[in-house]
Amino acid sequence: MATVGIRDVRKHFGPVEVLKGVSLAIEPGEFVTLVGPSGCGKSTLLRIIAGLERQDAGSISIGDVVVDGYRPKARDVAMVFQSYALYPYMTVRENLALPLVMRRLDRWQRLPLAGRFMPGTREIRATIAAEIAQVAEALEIAHLLDRKPAQLSGGQRQRVALGRAMVRHPQVFLMDEPLSNLDAKLRVQMRAEIAELHRRLGATFVYVTHDQAEAMTMSDRVAVMMGGELIQVAPPRQLYAEPDDLRVAEFIGSPKINVLPAVARGDGAIDCLGLALPGPRETPGARLSLGIRPEAVAAVPAGTRECWHGTLAHLEHLGAEALLHVALDGAGRVLVRVDPDRAAGFAIGNPVALRPDQARLLWFDANGARVRPGGRLREVARG
Amino acid sequence: MASVAQGSVPRQPVSEAHRAAARMEAFVAWALAGPAFFLLILLLLGPTVAVVVMSLTDWLFGATSFNWIGLENFAAIFGDRSFWRSLRNTFVYVGIVTPLSVGIGLGVALLIEAGTSLRSFYRAAYFLPVASTLIAMSIVWEFLLHPTVGAVNVMARALGFSGTHWLQNPDTVLPALALIGTWQAIGLNMVLFLAGLKSIPRDLYDAAAIDGVDSAWERFRRVTWPMLGPASMFVVLITAIRSFQIFDSVQVLTQGGPAGASEVLLFSIYREAFSYLRAAHAAALTVIFLAIVVTLTLVQARVMDRRVHYG
Repeated sequence: MATVGIRDVRKHFGPVEVLKGVSLAIEPGEFVTLVGPSGCGKSTLLRIIAGLERQDAGSISIGDVVVDGYRPKARDVAMVFQSYALYPYMTVRENLALPLVMRRLDRWQRLPLAGRFMPGTREIRATIAAEIAQVAEALEIAHLLDRKPAQLSGGQRQRVALGRAMVRHPQVFLMDEPLSNLDAKLRVQMRAEIAELHRRLGATFVYVTHDQAEAMTMSDRVAVMMGGELIQVAPPRQLYAEPDDLRVAEFIGSPKINVLPAVARGDGAIDCLGLALPGPRETPGARLSLGIRPEAVAAVPAGTRECWHGTLAHLEHLGAEALLHVALDGAGRVLVRVDPDRAAGFAIGNPVALRPDQARLLWFDANGARVRPGGRLREVARG
Repeated sequence: MASVAQGSVPRQPVSEAHRAAARMEAFVAWALAGPAFFLLILLLLGPTVAVVVMSLTDWLFGATSFNWIGLENFAAIFGDRSFWRSLRNTFVYVGIVTPLSVGIGLGVALLIEAGTSLRSFYRAAYFLPVASTLIAMSIVWEFLLHPTVGAVNVMARALGFSGTHWLQNPDTVLPALALIGTWQAIGLNMVLFLAGLKSIPRDLYDAAAIDGVDSAWERFRRVTWPMLGPASMFVVLITAIRSFQIFDSVQVLTQGGPAGASEVLLFSIYREAFSYLRAAHAAALTVIFLAIVVTLTLVQARVMDRRVHYG
């Protein structure tokens, strides 16, 4: 268990600035997910933490030690790769053993044949074998130890990759999109298993993904990265309910949040597609965006007053819920999440009225920064 | 081809109509594959069969008649000391060229892949001997190895050694030819190894670095070399077969001399067929040559296949 400190880390690849000064303090034993669209720099940041890539500026610390200039081996981190990166020519047993062999046996003891006769080799090999058996047991891969990676399914390879990371009890686990090569069903299962593994090991996890669902379901805190910057770092629930930035609001949550154009009025209310809504005090005429989650909109009988009006364009039944796609009379579409029993009352092509839940309106200024009704909590400071 | 025809026939034809349809399909399959099969026999298998047939006769090149003499040609060859000498010379040559050119080719490929500057220059430079013909380059080598004005002897003398007439000394002629062969073979091996190195996923090196594999030697031993398995099998095989076919430098530089010290199998075949016009005798030598190359291919593929396939 160790802290991971990232201080003002910058990285260029040629003329492209991939990381524009990222700072983040990760607590011991915390599960932090770096999430963002592809190309946002999240994998580069992870590789910098691992020591596989050198930052141009800033520093990384693990525990209380600044590890800049340390080799990956000296950092006491383990990493799980998207491709698993198992050695195809080694059996599962040899794959699991390598991190221990490289650390515990010296150069002479590692020699192919003669190493066996060096003093101490046999004892060390025996403890390594015992530890591999233990990890294999925990991950339920004990029956696969003598196979080669090519003989394993995707899920089994994933477990072996996890095992290779676990076997030497590192302080920090780094995971680079470890589930993205699995099918949807297995991904959901492994999501839960990795979260459980984290609780059991108590180590610090830094997890990179582009899948917001993974980020939301597994993490203690989620760090949303875009364009080489951290936009918001918060626990999943807070990130969903109180996004600081329109980009975060749009990235987190499935189905996506509805975003509607709005204009501040003279009397303090905000006009959004003909509906006056309570909002922050802005200068009259200021352009805003209203973000409203699909479950914060209620579908009511057509003709109801104080509502948006439109027609039902499409209806999706998802079992536990249903989604109404409503084409508004003015412009744009709004997605509404409703109880599946209530969905039966709607027919495609019929008019429908929508009433927003006024307690769950999220306002954003023209730059995408969140504006809260009490006034601006966060000044626009981006450049 | 046969499997195409057979595969389309249902196991238990239910009716006459089915059977007719199946026959039709088999006929069409043969009709479509026929021309290619005919050409395969005519152009690839035919000449080989012709050589085997010829080796069982006493035909002289240009003669109008011949007699069947069975295996007499082979008996004569196996009783001939000069055949055994040329066979031994060929194996010595292969034995020097293959390990040297594979080893150096791998080393050069690793160095080029590790560096960042002038890569295409180095690649082109090492590939030059492959692209140029050995016949033309042999002139340069003949000059380099010349006993009085050659650069090799000039340097040897400068270092205090006496030097020798490399291509006329029975002890040095074969190693000298093998060095020329190695010089020529390195480039192709380097290119093949470069392709093999390119196909190793970067992730494996990253994973190895995290696992604690951080010296250059360990990285080579734990990742690069095992991942190059399929490429090296191919490189060793192709180098062995190509160097088995050593002919042009012998023909240009030594003519098999001095006193047969550099006579190799292909050169013997050439001389039998085109100087002595003993076509049948040359055909028998060719059959032996083919048998060795094919055996080499099978054995090597078998042995190395078992070690390099990650299944």
